[in-house]
Amino acid sequence: MSVITFIIDDEHYSAKEGDTILQVTRDNKIHIPTLCYLDGLSTFGACRLCVVEIEGSPKLFPACTTKPTEGMIVRTKTDRLKRYRRMIVELLASEGNHQCAVCVVNGHCELQNLAYEVGLDHVRFPYLFPHKSLDATHKEFVMDRNRCVLCTRCVRVCHEVEGAHVWDIAGRGINCEIIADLNQPWGTSESCTSCGKCVRVCPTGALFEKGASIGEMQKERGFIKFIVNARNKSEWVHTAHEEE
Amino acid sequence: MTLEDLRELAEKEQTRQAQFEHRILYCSSAGCVSSGCDAVKTEMKKALEELGLTKKCELVGTGCLGLCGEGPLVFVHSDPTLYQHVDAAAARRIVEEHIGQGKKVQENILDMNDPFFSSQKKIVLENMGNINAESIEEYIAAGGYEALAKALTEMVPEEVVGEIRKAGLRGRGGAGYPTGLKWDIVRKGVADQKYVVCNADEGDPGAFMDRSVLEGDPHRVLEGMAIAGYAVGASQGFVYARAEYPLAIDRLKTAIKQAERLGLLGNRIFESQFNFRIDIRIGAGAFVCGEETALLRSVMGRRGRPKVRPPYPSEKGLWGKPTVINNVETYANVAPILRNGSAWFSAIGTQKSPGTKVFAIAGNVKRPGLIEVPMGIALRKIVFDIGGGTPEGTQFKAAQAGGPSGGCIPTEHLDIPVDYESLQTVGAMMGSGGMIIIDNTSNMVEVAKYFSEFCMDESCGKCIPCRVGTKHIYMMLEKIIKGDATEEDFELLKELCMMVKETSLCGLGQSAPNGVLSTVRFFKDEYLVKLKKSGAPGTIVNQPAAELSPAAAKEA
Repeated sequence: MSVITFIIDDEHYSAKEGDTILQVTRDNKIHIPTLCYLDGLSTFGACRLCVVEIEGSPKLFPACTTKPTEGMIVRTKTDRLKRYRRMIVELLASEGNHQCAVCVVNGHCELQNLAYEVGLDHVRFPYLFPHKSLDATHKEFVMDRNRCVLCTRCVRVCHEVEGAHVWDIAGRGINCEIIADLNQPWGTSESCTSCGKCVRVCPTGALFEKGASIGEMQKERGFIKFIVNARNKSEWVHTAHEEE
Repeated sequence: MTLEDLRELAEKEQTRQAQFEHRILYCSSAGCVSSGCDAVKTEMKKALEELGLTKKCELVGTGCLGLCGEGPLVFVHSDPTLYQHVDAAAARRIVEEHIGQGKKVQENILDMNDPFFSSQKKIVLENMGNINAESIEEYIAAGGYEALAKALTEMVPEEVVGEIRKAGLRGRGGAGYPTGLKWDIVRKGVADQKYVVCNADEGDPGAFMDRSVLEGDPHRVLEGMAIAGYAVGASQGFVYARAEYPLAIDRLKTAIKQAERLGLLGNRIFESQFNFRIDIRIGAGAFVCGEETALLRSVMGRRGRPKVRPPYPSEKGLWGKPTVINNVETYANVAPILRNGSAWFSAIGTQKSPGTKVFAIAGNVKRPGLIEVPMGIALRKIVFDIGGGTPEGTQFKAAQAGGPSGGCIPTEHLDIPVDYESLQTVGAMMGSGGMIIIDNTSNMVEVAKYFSEFCMDESCGKCIPCRVGTKHIYMMLEKIIKGDATEEDFELLKELCMMVKETSLCGLGQSAPNGVLSTVRFFKDEYLVKLKKSGAPGTIVNQPAAELSPAAAKEA
């Protein structure tokens, strides 16, 4: 297997062929913010938080899908990237109905962590306050679309790992929504196995266990990588939690 | 079917046409359908029968004659005369006086020496106004399927790709990627199955080039696709057409059936080892499905959402197989290139952008319609010579090229040559060929708002910058138009536009802010007059909570 040597933020790193820039940065404890990406799931490339600069191109590249080439010079923390990442989180904050103080995942929320990380002390865009529905028909879990950031981790984990494909997306643009089966109450879904994987990978409080009160819903997002590794490579090792 | 059979068929058809002294071709494209060409056809048919002229004169429906604003259009082929605004009465007079007595109907004559016609160069549209849009025999009589026969009997796939590369043909869907290069990648790909896809999901506001080609000359597209299939080693093609084009889809269906009947599609075409089928897939009206990765997902029956490239469709396309995907107009150029040679093609247009481009001229212009011009023509010629300029009493302000992703080109850049690179230097793009002419009765902020609304409505919602960003761009423009925006808002709008442009996932998101960015660049004054000075009475300045003094916080 050939090794690729390239530069991230003025330091030399090596990558295995097929690795993405994000994998290399994670292996080397370089932090790049992500949201839709989750170890163990297919890459979606949609949140655009992990975009990096590559010397020689005016374009920005998502670290989660871009593979390094020999001698590539990557920058992950330029002023432009910081400004854009802040604005992306700002857009998310304005898009949903995110009320941290009364949220089940307050303190364990990836969106909240991102907001701290990018320095989102205020939002310059008007809040959209959309009318979104809450689905509490499932016997164990709740889907609150007000808190959804449309990362589609639930869609992917259900399709790729559980194999049930309960979740999908309806509508388009700003009206996109996660739906169960053919847009029916979750509790009536015959495809749902109640495995709870979607709840555990959800970055926000959009999916949570019934009975959880403010700040009580802790998530365990690393277990998917454990399952996928065990299945594909028969390696029963816990490597998770590093990006929590 | 062999090449001899094809030529025999062509001769037979030419003889059939020659027995008529006159041929009347009425435009049967959607533009003239909406202005009433069906009534014209009925009346002419009736008049021909009543006067016993059916043996002397043939009446056929043809493709778009170009001047859509002056329809219904009727062309008397034998004695080249073009009639405009033909209603039932005029239709009867054309038959009675022109065909019957040899006297032209002066009131409806359109001058064919007009620069609208003389400034054009027709390759893609060469059959418009010459052949029956629903007859494969007429297409063959005009040299159709000769190129496919030539490719299959005289050339190896590599030579076909080489010819397209040498011709310098670039993708007519907008981005201008070299077609030959794309084909070569697919040709070299190793797979048990490859695909050829035609993007007929034309969705730009004011654009109707692909529709007109499909309605007027569908066989040209099928032939181009079959040649592409042979060149890359594919046996299956798909045309992805939008449901809003029922007439184009009908004509395509007819054309595919005719080609299959004659063995020009199907197994062992021209008695070679080459098999090729074409199926139609109908889009459900999402603009984003014109983006190639979203289109391919839609063809596979999945949700039409773009995905990150690479891998490109030429490596992993439909069902993970190497796939050629080109626009209607690109395929329409293929057969003429093989028929006339790459040198002929590359001599037309400019060195970097050879050939011609079809444009759909719309908006505030005297002669809206469908035109085909050599690449590199000055924009001024398109707007003023061909389009006739803006209506009396108004002044030209901008040409909006490239659809919602494109930009507005102002008066000072009117002499810019129309080719891929030059248009990009002024923040516009070639796009698929929609061109909307704007005069001084339009406000450019409103224009930007219109295109922003389109982009917002058509965003698929996958990536955050496009999904939420386009919404805020639109809201911000509304705020500016209402007069509620401050200078800070304007600065924020510009930054937001740059962010959406640089971070969005697919080409649609990346180009969604172009309407705003290009109007800000060339018509900044129209924005500035609507802005409030920051701190002026009535403005609320967003202030971070942390910066408020405790006393102020208590008051708030």
